[in-house]
Amino acid sequence: MSDHKPTGIGRWIFSTNHKDIGTMYLWFSFLMLFIGGGMAMIIRAELYQPGMQLIDPDFFNQMTTLHGLIMVFGVIMPAFVGFANWLVPMMIGAPDMALPRMNNMSFWLLPFAFGTLISTLFMEGSAPNFGWTFYAPLSTTYGPPSTDYFIFGVHLMGISSIMGSINVIVTILNMRAPGMTLMKMPIFVWTWLITAFLLIAVMPVLAGVVTMMLTDRNFGTSFFEAAGGGDPVMFQHVFWFFGHPEVYIMILPSFGIISQIIPTFARKKLFGYSSMVYATASIAILSFIVWAHHMYTVGMPLAGELFFMLATMLIAVPTGVKVFNWVTTMWRGSLTFETPMLFAVAFVILFTIGGFSGLMMSITPVDFQYHDTYFIVAHFHYVLVTGALFAIFAGAYYWLPKWTGNMYDETLGKWHFWISVVSVNVLFFPMHFLGLAGMPRRIPDYALQFSDYNQMASIGGFVFGGIQLLFLYIVIKCIKGGEKASDQVWEGAEGLEFEQLPSPAPFHSFDTPPQVK
Amino acid sequence: MHNEKNKQNFKVVKQLVFAAVMMFGFGYALVPLYNIFCDITGLNGRLDTEAAKVEKLDIDQNRWVTVEFVSSLNADMPWKFRPVVSKMKVRPGEPSKVSYVAKNISNKAITGNAVPSVSPGQAAKYFTKTECFCFTQQELKAGEEKEMPVVFIVDKNLPKRINTVTLSYTFFNSPAAKQEKSVVSMVNK
Repeated sequence: MSDHKPTGIGRWIFSTNHKDIGTMYLWFSFLMLFIGGGMAMIIRAELYQPGMQLIDPDFFNQMTTLHGLIMVFGVIMPAFVGFANWLVPMMIGAPDMALPRMNNMSFWLLPFAFGTLISTLFMEGSAPNFGWTFYAPLSTTYGPPSTDYFIFGVHLMGISSIMGSINVIVTILNMRAPGMTLMKMPIFVWTWLITAFLLIAVMPVLAGVVTMMLTDRNFGTSFFEAAGGGDPVMFQHVFWFFGHPEVYIMILPSFGIISQIIPTFARKKLFGYSSMVYATASIAILSFIVWAHHMYTVGMPLAGELFFMLATMLIAVPTGVKVFNWVTTMWRGSLTFETPMLFAVAFVILFTIGGFSGLMMSITPVDFQYHDTYFIVAHFHYVLVTGALFAIFAGAYYWLPKWTGNMYDETLGKWHFWISVVSVNVLFFPMHFLGLAGMPRRIPDYALQFSDYNQMASIGGFVFGGIQLLFLYIVIKCIKGGEKASDQVWEGAEGLEFEQLPSPAPFHSFDTPPQVK
Repeated sequence: MHNEKNKQNFKVVKQLVFAAVMMFGFGYALVPLYNIFCDITGLNGRLDTEAAKVEKLDIDQNRWVTVEFVSSLNADMPWKFRPVVSKMKVRPGEPSKVSYVAKNISNKAITGNAVPSVSPGQAAKYFTKTECFCFTQQELKAGEEKEMPVVFIVDKNLPKRINTVTLSYTFFNSPAAKQEKSVVSMVNK
């Protein structure tokens, strides 16, 4: 196995190596985490007290919009693509991704896409200020001039995701080592296979919706304008047809990561492997028929509301299967709680809480109260921050020793975990109460009765944001050196990357396919 | 370097690219599909955009239905617009006439497009119009006022539990004004 790497800046700009590209995706995502997180800090600073103290309402709207876009498209999705790039070839015994040059372009589109998006802050007029869901006609008729650049950025990100997904599917279907049947693949690989199909199905629909926006804004069409015979509600239907599968795209890889980590630290095989595969596939398929639960209040007829309510409630079933299987894996296992396991256990508990608030909102008549309040803000931050982001942290701690050859500092890792888990709950749990008490979302100022919980949330937010700098320090320190990691890294670790590759994994691995038992 | 493995890979790539392109087309197809779905299921309270032809009248003399009339204007529309009466009792099956009055209070000619809507949505299937100003564009010169009629029939198969139907019109400025309207520019003017 060769460890010869290209040198200089060309190594990165022209990379066709899945490990280097995975590294670039992960660093890009980390940078975006601080940018989007900084915007969240501005939001929480303004919301610390009632009244307008720091920024004006339009800038607040720009912050909430860009925060959402950056976190969804610039942090969570690229981080998971980074994990896919690093791990999928190693886990299936392949030398690299199927299409290494397309892999390069998939990554390099992102800095351009986000450079364009962030540059809208400096354009005449304002940056996009209509929420990350950019409903028409606010975004079409009343959007600032920078909206067209926003559309361009979304097109670039979409192309990047679609190409990345094509790469993942071809790699998984065609390049598994001999003996690795589909039902022998690590569960993380399964979750990415399914996620990649979801991406190919729905990113083009997003591309369609933003193109319709573009032509409504600039070329005289009226997709979303009643005056011309169009329909603003149709925007919501088409957007959420993309939007709902999108949120599953953001969570399924986390399920895969957690399913790799818990068995290792329980020293016990994952309980119910095949039911985990079928549950993931069921969630993915069901995700196509629930979109209007984001739109219960638009005036849909009763038959529609009922259908979407029942289908949405149904998704809780395969999700529950997965949660039970994680818990059962731990049951009577030989447990140790290193940092990856801490984040994984926190994921299981806190993601489930996020799922409960989601189940509450699936009930249409009560959603009439929760819709567009801080209750939904609490829900999606629980599933995305204590869900997806914690899974990303867990995966980073879990695989960094394999990638770098060095153990990270376990004491610092535990500090990062404990401060994060406490502060994230101080930040988001009060939002349930704010929503139930009637505080709307996306508002820069609020009625006085919401002050206390807002202040609490802001304090939690400042601590949570600040402690991520410790994580940055831990990652850099691990890359530079540390206690040498063994090849297996973790006592209970299984899988080709831990059983058949050294730590650090060589620049080219599995040039010849391994034998799979 | 097209060996056997590469050929297999490109075969799957082509299938996936095809799927992606099809899904992009599906996104656009959702636009007419949305309308077709509403037509087939009768959901959404939409009304026909052409005059209905009625051959035979089938009037239910044992029932009254109250029809209410509501008007509104799009933000771009410098007109005054109101119904002449705000409600009337009709027999199901019997053609009834009502008028709306619109006045152009600006200083230039404006063409308007009226979009109707019926509430409750389930009643839309049972509400037909044989004459309506909403079927054509209406031009008013500066300062002009016009009375615009609607002749409608409430079908006698209207479910018994629906006793009040509301007909609403919204007048839009047409062609749809494509001025750059950003909230910020309006605020910063």
